[in-house]
Amino acid sequence: MPEIKNYTLNFGPQHPAAHGVLRLVLEMDGEVIVRADPHIGLLHRGTEKLAETKPYNQTIGYMDRLDYVSMMCNEHGYVLAIEKLLGVEIPERAQYIRVMFDEITRILNHLMWIGTHALDVGAMTMFLYAFREREDLLDIYEAVSGARMHANYYRPGGVARDLPDRMPQYLESRWRSKKEADRLNENRQGSLLDFAEDFSRRFPGYVDEYETLLTDNRIWKQRTVGIGVVSAERAFQLGFTGPMLRGSGVEWDLRKKQPYEVYDRIDFDIPVGTNGDCYDRYLVRIEEMRQSNRIIRQCIDWLRANPGLVLIDNHKVAPPRREELKADMEGLIHHFKLFTEGYTLPEGEVYTAIEHPKGEFGVYLISDGANKPYRLKVRAPGFAHLSSMNEMAQGHMLADVVAIIGTQDIVFGEIDR
Amino acid sequence: MTETLSSIDAWLSQFVHEYLLFTVYSGLKALLILMPLFIVVAYYTLAERKVIGYMQIRKGPNRVGPKGLFQPFADMFKLMFKEIIIPTNSNKYLFIIAPVITFAPAMAAWAVIPFNDTLVFSNINAGLLYILAMTSIGVYGVIIAGWASNSKYALLGAMRSAAQIVAYEIAMGFALVGVLMVGGSLNLGEIVNRQAGGIGHWFFIPLLPLFFVYLISGVAETNRAPFDVAEGESEIVAGFHVEYSGMTFAVFFLAEYANMILIAMLCSLLFFGGWLSPVPDLLGDSIGWLFGKTAVFMLLFLWFRATFPRYRYDQIMRLGWKVLLPVTIFWLAVEGVAVYFKIGPWFV
Repeated sequence: MPEIKNYTLNFGPQHPAAHGVLRLVLEMDGEVIVRADPHIGLLHRGTEKLAETKPYNQTIGYMDRLDYVSMMCNEHGYVLAIEKLLGVEIPERAQYIRVMFDEITRILNHLMWIGTHALDVGAMTMFLYAFREREDLLDIYEAVSGARMHANYYRPGGVARDLPDRMPQYLESRWRSKKEADRLNENRQGSLLDFAEDFSRRFPGYVDEYETLLTDNRIWKQRTVGIGVVSAERAFQLGFTGPMLRGSGVEWDLRKKQPYEVYDRIDFDIPVGTNGDCYDRYLVRIEEMRQSNRIIRQCIDWLRANPGLVLIDNHKVAPPRREELKADMEGLIHHFKLFTEGYTLPEGEVYTAIEHPKGEFGVYLISDGANKPYRLKVRAPGFAHLSSMNEMAQGHMLADVVAIIGTQDIVFGEIDR
Repeated sequence: MTETLSSIDAWLSQFVHEYLLFTVYSGLKALLILMPLFIVVAYYTLAERKVIGYMQIRKGPNRVGPKGLFQPFADMFKLMFKEIIIPTNSNKYLFIIAPVITFAPAMAAWAVIPFNDTLVFSNINAGLLYILAMTSIGVYGVIIAGWASNSKYALLGAMRSAAQIVAYEIAMGFALVGVLMVGGSLNLGEIVNRQAGGIGHWFFIPLLPLFFVYLISGVAETNRAPFDVAEGESEIVAGFHVEYSGMTFAVFFLAEYANMILIAMLCSLLFFGGWLSPVPDLLGDSIGWLFGKTAVFMLLFLWFRATFPRYRYDQIMRLGWKVLLPVTIFWLAVEGVAVYFKIGPWFV
């Protein structure tokens, strides 16, 4: 009888469930995975090296493009590093705005995750439901920064501009009737905060909708319970962070453990799983969406009551306002210096980390005193998660690999950088 | 001499004429069934995209023709003019034959489907058996396609399909045995006529578990969500037809949809009284009832697809062997007892 040999299957980089450009070389025994070997680097754009060649502020835009579904959180990690090295304190209002947008971003990310994860497991309606809500959140992004995805909104010293008083309106066109435009504009009549509040009021109902489709669905449970189990201890060893770690039952959240901005003043809970399987991580992320919504509510209330500066008035770091530029010689000089050579950071090195939707997003920055970093290193949470692919997938079937890719919430922008 | 020759000639001409006539006549009848079937298939694909579209808060195709009504024709022309790519290392003959093997039985099965008392292509007595045979042959096309493509994804799809069909054919067969026991005939028209007398006499009431088993097996048999592991979009890309393009793909597609309609129609014939009216005192029997009931089951197929995640293929087999099969066997036992002791109004 001939010996039965394992065979290799090339999974991706062009595969419907590859989440971008993941290439997995799977060694398989029938449908069972013997070894999973993830290959990376197909989306490498040299972000870290590019940062060494340009003034600090010009790298913020590159940060959006790291994890391109949680844009502002990446920016946040980067600007925090600069602020820490500069030693500046940013206005309170800017801190609240950042927290609000971090949480909006977290919801954006988790919506994308639940959509693609469910789509990979076969529940395709989920994807479009999630995108319906993403549309509203991206409108908020657009209203505040002008861009729907790559916002480039955070600045060292605060945020680029204050929240607008009026939401942009949909116009009637060949493709959109007056009735339809009016329907879309209905809850966009007030300020951005009104719209965000309206969204936060609707959102828990939407999450309930997702849960009715998935949480108690027998097929969904069969596909996720007991799949890709990681023990708490092993999760530590593998360098897991964020929902991946919390799904294994470790209560670790940088927002609570090392509060940055105003998280210590905000009331929210950290959901934690017990079994460390795909289903627990699903529940954790669903609950995180609800908690993020709670945080957004609190930020909206505070922001309504407390107008003020959103960018520090230290013009060595942040540009002066337009009228100062026109009326004041010094303002003009500051503006010119900032937009030609930027600002310099004192010599030294710094590591800052934030609770990114996917885990701990860290920025390690070395400055030699110039106007650009000597070295920038980004710690992407997804990299550690992807590294555990072999361990998580071993002994499971091909269909489970897809569920595991989904649960790891892989985005190649940040892994390949 | 000349006499014998002319008599043979006369005999022969009569012979040819008769058989030719029969062939032409049958061909026309077949066309009368298949042409509407193709049109229904075409619009079923559009309905699928529209229905799932609205379930997913989008509109579905609405650009080709008024409200997207010409979309199926646009798809058809596209597929007709696309190149049929045959992979270099494939087995070319099997590669081409495979879609035909799937397609032909899917069409042939329609031969014994009665549309009303008289409207049936061939009123054979072993109709139910014939249907079972035809629907089982289709899977060979899938397996051959997966093997002939010489692609790992396709092979995985074929393997899954083979494993799945074994698990489901049996449960499906047993479910039909239940119908047979109550109906007392293998002839589909006969089975429908046994259900005469209003909604209370339809077989789905005494055979409710078997009906569900049949419906679930039917969805699995046609490789539809949530049992579409042989195709497995997000796992094995497109499974057995990953290497197919153009018309070869379209033929697989046609067969799948024709089978879905067939299963939907069988559900309504075997369990829901076919063309019989639910309230015979108020409304007469009509072919419209059959089409209406079939449409409801066709809609169910689409609804499933929009709602459920996909099973893993070992879970499908577990469902088939450990849940559906015991249910059918248990119910057959119950039925047997009922028939033997003549319990209940429908067990004669």
